[in-house]
Amino acid sequence: MTGTLLSGIGAFLASAVEMVEALTIVLGVGVVRGWRSTLIGVAAAAVVLAALIAVFGAALGSIPIETLRLVVGALLLVFGLQWLRKAILRSSGYKALHDEDEAFREQRAAAAAAGDVQRAGMDWYSFTVSFKGVLLEGLEVVFIVISFGAGQGRFGPAIAGAALAVVLVLVAGVVVRGPLERVPENTIKFVVGLMLTSFGCFWAAEGAGVDWPGDELSLIGVIAFFAAVSWAFVQALRRRRLGTPVTA
Amino acid sequence: MRYVRSFVGFWWDFIVGDDWRVAAGVAAGLAVTAVFQVWWLLPPVVAIVLFASLRRAARA
Repeated sequence: MTGTLLSGIGAFLASAVEMVEALTIVLGVGVVRGWRSTLIGVAAAAVVLAALIAVFGAALGSIPIETLRLVVGALLLVFGLQWLRKAILRSSGYKALHDEDEAFREQRAAAAAAGDVQRAGMDWYSFTVSFKGVLLEGLEVVFIVISFGAGQGRFGPAIAGAALAVVLVLVAGVVVRGPLERVPENTIKFVVGLMLTSFGCFWAAEGAGVDWPGDELSLIGVIAFFAAVSWAFVQALRRRRLGTPVTA
Repeated sequence: MRYVRSFVGFWWDFIVGDDWRVAAGVAAGLAVTAVFQVWWLLPPVVAIVLFASLRRAARA
């Protein structure tokens, strides 16, 4: 139960933060060059992402759960440490914070500067940029959903969490009619990094043959441990930075 | 061959990212965990690997 709930929350947060970034790209192109080709690009990417989840989800179902937890846990742990490492570097000032408003302005400028690429009634610049943007941002969500689903032995909670985030971000995008710069992206990324690292650590160790005390309840302890350690690292890096110049 | 290299490069960058030593440290930590079969070993190993990677990034 604990793992199911947490994996749903993790997939929701990861999906939300990636979809906010994808929305910025789509808005930047759509506002400048029109919506038809842009939205076809979004739909095409969504189909590819859904197909990836269906194909890999079905294929992973035939692998024994212990083997799956070892492999998926190890991959999730390495992948999650990337997120956590970047989040700690951002929080301590060693890496620039992600700014949706600035990304939106850059995307609009690039879309306006790009030449006219009309063929077969399609603006291929809009299609390509929106397709690539949604696909690349969505690929991280697909990886997380597949990992959570495979580690948990059921895909429902992770898919539901990710899908709910997509719907909420889309509705927010339509209501705001602009990039969602007020979403605390860096904080969410920190939390997602913590959850990916904790789940990865839990499943990888389980796959290696270890029994956690309290089974899935240990996940709360693992998350608390990495949260405390990350907080300490942020403080240590902040103190260190006082004596050295900041680089973006 | 170029496509294979690009494909492998993309997935390497996607999963492993900037610091390959993190992946190597995790693999070593898992191997030790599998040998000793204790639950409390992997979290501190991961924390040490993360700390070392952050230190390298801060120095760079």
